Amino acid sequence: MKLDNYMKRKESRQKAVEYNFAFLDESAKKEIRRKILKAVAVPGYQVPFASRELPIAKGWGTGGLQITLSIIGSGDVLKVIDQGCDGSVNAVNIKKFIGRVTGVKTTTVTREATIIQTRHRIPEERMSEDQILVLQVPFPEALRMVEPSELETRRMHGEADYSRMWLYLYEDIVRYSEISIGARYPVTVNGRYIMDPSPIPRWDIPKLNMADTIYIFGAGREKRIYAVPPHTKVEPLEFEDFKFRVEDFTGAACRRCGSADTFLDEIIDEVSGRRIYQCSDTGQCDLSNGKIS
Amino acid sequence: MMSLPVMKAEGLTKIYGIGCPVCRESTGPGYETNICRECGAVVACGDISFELYPDEVLGIVGESGSGKSTLVKLLYFDSEATHGAIYINDSADNVLSLSPFQKRRIRNSRMGMVYQNPHYGLRMEVTSGGNISERLIMAGWRNIAAMRARASYLLRKTEIPVLRIDEPPANFSGGEQQRVQISKALSNNPSILFLDEVTTGLDLSVQARVLDLIRALQSNLHLSVIVVSHDLGVIRLLTTRTMVMKYGRVVESGLTDQILEDPQHHYTQLLVSSQL
Repeated sequence: MKLDNYMKRKESRQKAVEYNFAFLDESAKKEIRRKILKAVAVPGYQVPFASRELPIAKGWGTGGLQITLSIIGSGDVLKVIDQGCDGSVNAVNIKKFIGRVTGVKTTTVTREATIIQTRHRIPEERMSEDQILVLQVPFPEALRMVEPSELETRRMHGEADYSRMWLYLYEDIVRYSEISIGARYPVTVNGRYIMDPSPIPRWDIPKLNMADTIYIFGAGREKRIYAVPPHTKVEPLEFEDFKFRVEDFTGAACRRCGSADTFLDEIIDEVSGRRIYQCSDTGQCDLSNGKIS
Repeated sequence: MMSLPVMKAEGLTKIYGIGCPVCRESTGPGYETNICRECGAVVACGDISFELYPDEVLGIVGESGSGKSTLVKLLYFDSEATHGAIYINDSADNVLSLSPFQKRRIRNSRMGMVYQNPHYGLRMEVTSGGNISERLIMAGWRNIAAMRARASYLLRKTEIPVLRIDEPPANFSGGEQQRVQISKALSNNPSILFLDEVTTGLDLSVQARVLDLIRALQSNLHLSVIVVSHDLGVIRLLTTRTMVMKYGRVVESGLTDQILEDPQHHYTQLLVSSQL
């Protein structure tokens, strides 16, 4: 809690130096908002931005954090999740930090939040047009697995030269009779750009398509922002005779709330050694479990 | 020969280096060099014009460094021409002025290329079926079964056992790699096929089989073919018309028989007489 002590010390010194609302200075926020507007205008296109230094290391959600800090207002209600979980360390720390530098209300209930920052999941509950989902992205370039050069991937995006990505999927199917990409499944946005949807499971990919919500993706280490505006077509790459499919949880149900229609985490019970399943989206699980009303 | 050309090149020039106004006048067979005396630039191809007609096999012959391969690279958009124009199917638009995206579409739908070194034409670590499918994917195919059927058909045509469809060309012999390359080049039913020294480096019996294959494919599929070779035997066997290149220029062109039996230019005479 060094930041806490630091802030307290600051306050005790009669607010000699004050942080700007939402930590970032206004010109930084302005730049990031401008880049978000460009990203919304060209769905799926990666817009470079000047990633700022933050009190957390790059690669730990700084892209999502900078977006959240740039768009948040004092009336917003914030939810932060990490792989669906409200209580994981990364999520709690980011939530505390944003709460401290903005004073906004926080929640774990999806429908109460106006901004949700997330790592590797999209909440189960369908989100509305009044909400914004901010995704933390480790690797913004979907073509990186077939092409190491940034210059070349930019050319490929510019000319919509995506045959090598498709060839990669073809080879996967020939070799394994299955596409071996689990998370980070590549999608075509608005019929144009191939986009990395961040490491969300396949389960969440259909939620991107024709959503009511805006999705903003931020990669702080790689200095890229991209977006899927509401009501935009997002299609996973698939062949006519080899369709995209989501994870299969047939026969499994959450051990806490019993739901069988959510994305489940597989856990090995240490005592019995048995496989058990539990909702990945803890906010949703708590709701159906009656822990929160 | 009343039909319209499938491809027409006008004044194709490729200069490596800075280039200056006297580059083109100060090089060529007359000066016995392709290096400009003023600026030191290399005129790899200078003012090359020709027409390629449907169902015709055109040979380009010349010694190493005469600009044959550069010319084919210009025609296949592998490298960018310094000057000149290429017209396809009697269209009035110079395809060299199109965007890279449009060029790639033309290349993918109309042309096929077989390089001397299969490493240029194939992805060695990708299966041979995948290599053939890559061009089909570019053309918008999105059906695995259909692509595999097409790949199997082409492999059968080029005498590769279909069993090896899921094997990468890295495991193949040189002759087989060359045949996979031909399959890949033919995948989209191109109307123009470029063959750049396809038999160089293969042993004689394999050479003969590849040449037989090319001849059979050409007559069955009615392809227009440009054959680049320094081997007059290959030129004699495959082509009907030939251009002889030296120092980046065409020094003689005409019917292959005529050129080989009665060469006019002294370089061609040298070339024909020095054949083993």
